[in-house]
Amino acid sequence: MSLQVAIRSKHFGAATVLRDLTFQVARGEVLAVLGPSGVGKSTLLRLIAGLDTKFDGQIRREGRLAMVFQEPVLMPWRSVLDNLRLTTAVEAAQAEAALARVGLAGKGALFPGQLSLGQQRRLSLARAYAAKPDILLLDEPFVSLDEALVADMLTLTESVLAEQRPATVFVTHARAEAARLATRQIALSVQDTAHRA
Amino acid sequence: MQTTPPPRRGGGGGCSTAPPPPALPDGIVRVLSLSGLLIFWWALAWLKSDPMVLPGPQIVLPRLGTEAMSGALWTHLGATLWRVAQAFVAAMSLGLVLGILMGLMPRLNRWLDPWLVFFLNLPALVVIVLCFLWIGLNETAAIVAVAINKIPLVTAMMREGARALNGPLADMAQVFGMSRMARLRHILLPQLAPHLASTARSGLSLIWKIVLVVEFLGRGQGVGFKIHLHFQMFDVTMVMVYALSFIAVMLAIETLILQPLEARARRWRDA
Repeated sequence: MSLQVAIRSKHFGAATVLRDLTFQVARGEVLAVLGPSGVGKSTLLRLIAGLDTKFDGQIRREGRLAMVFQEPVLMPWRSVLDNLRLTTAVEAAQAEAALARVGLAGKGALFPGQLSLGQQRRLSLARAYAAKPDILLLDEPFVSLDEALVADMLTLTESVLAEQRPATVFVTHARAEAARLATRQIALSVQDTAHRA
Repeated sequence: MQTTPPPRRGGGGGCSTAPPPPALPDGIVRVLSLSGLLIFWWALAWLKSDPMVLPGPQIVLPRLGTEAMSGALWTHLGATLWRVAQAFVAAMSLGLVLGILMGLMPRLNRWLDPWLVFFLNLPALVVIVLCFLWIGLNETAAIVAVAINKIPLVTAMMREGARALNGPLADMAQVFGMSRMARLRHILLPQLAPHLASTARSGLSLIWKIVLVVEFLGRGQGVGFKIHLHFQMFDVTMVMVYALSFIAVMLAIETLILQPLEARARRWRDA
């Protein structure tokens, strides 16, 4: 099993954000985590990613991790190609192939600021895919994109997930996106998680 | 109210939001500006018409040439530059580390902030005199005194830089397992580069001024020592010869080293 999550509770001060949450994700599975804003979806991803270690419970990860954040989170002072290579340690040819895969062929020498927002999102996806992760975390990667671009990105993500088969946790509030990509779904709700101490 | 230009987006056709190129290149403007300063100095000297009080460039520059030909100028310039370099490296490296630690660790900052305020307000002259009294009239005391004067300023500026670090980028680096060295080189330092550049620039100008005071008070070689010597002989021309020569060196360092480094660090912004 690539990912095993057993969270008893996660607090921010007096507020309990997550409580009694247990699930496992195997290779090739895509678990969609649904729920309204502020319910703790992104907090859950941060715990899984190891970015926040202050919680009661246990998370076991096996293998290489990659994440697509809500914003592209790119190094604006490094070229598009370097943004891939420095984070994933892939060879130049593989990085070029990853760029071509997301429609950014020939843009490796540009800086991220020279790309449109849509292109930056694609680069962010390419980075996660180029890492060839065993566990892939997607934190609302299609939020605030126009419909055409979302459809384009969904198709791209679908094909890469089918090809690489990582254990994927996909946080979203869009049921249609979850239905399209996920093999399983869980929904976080306010009454389950936001108990005030 | 100021309006912000929209961000540039690639691949979107021929419209560009870049400002139009200036009519004159930077180098020409720099030369013209310095020529203007020279004319201003010459006019003041002409108005004063007393070379003992304010000699004009037509008197100072030939003396500068003579001093350079004799080799004395280079000996003293070299001594001062070496002290500036040592104090600069010591102050920048210690201030950089302290500033980053204080910026990233609020608890440490709480304890060290009063120290920082104390040392920021300690007069340079007091530090210099105390270092000479405690360590002796030697090279170590000179370098330590200059570094102590500059470290708090570098620390304060780098602390501000560290406080403004981008959290999501640090998260990204952690998730993708970037090594400590890679994070330092590709995440941390590029974000601190503007702070480093302005700190280096202000640091260099401050350090050489303090080095001069140190040399004035207690060294037997260097630009400050020569200024002290000629001050005692009321030789304004030679005081200006040594002051101008070092300013010229600093201008050269700024133009040939600092500006190209800064331009390299911000080329992604101009792309």
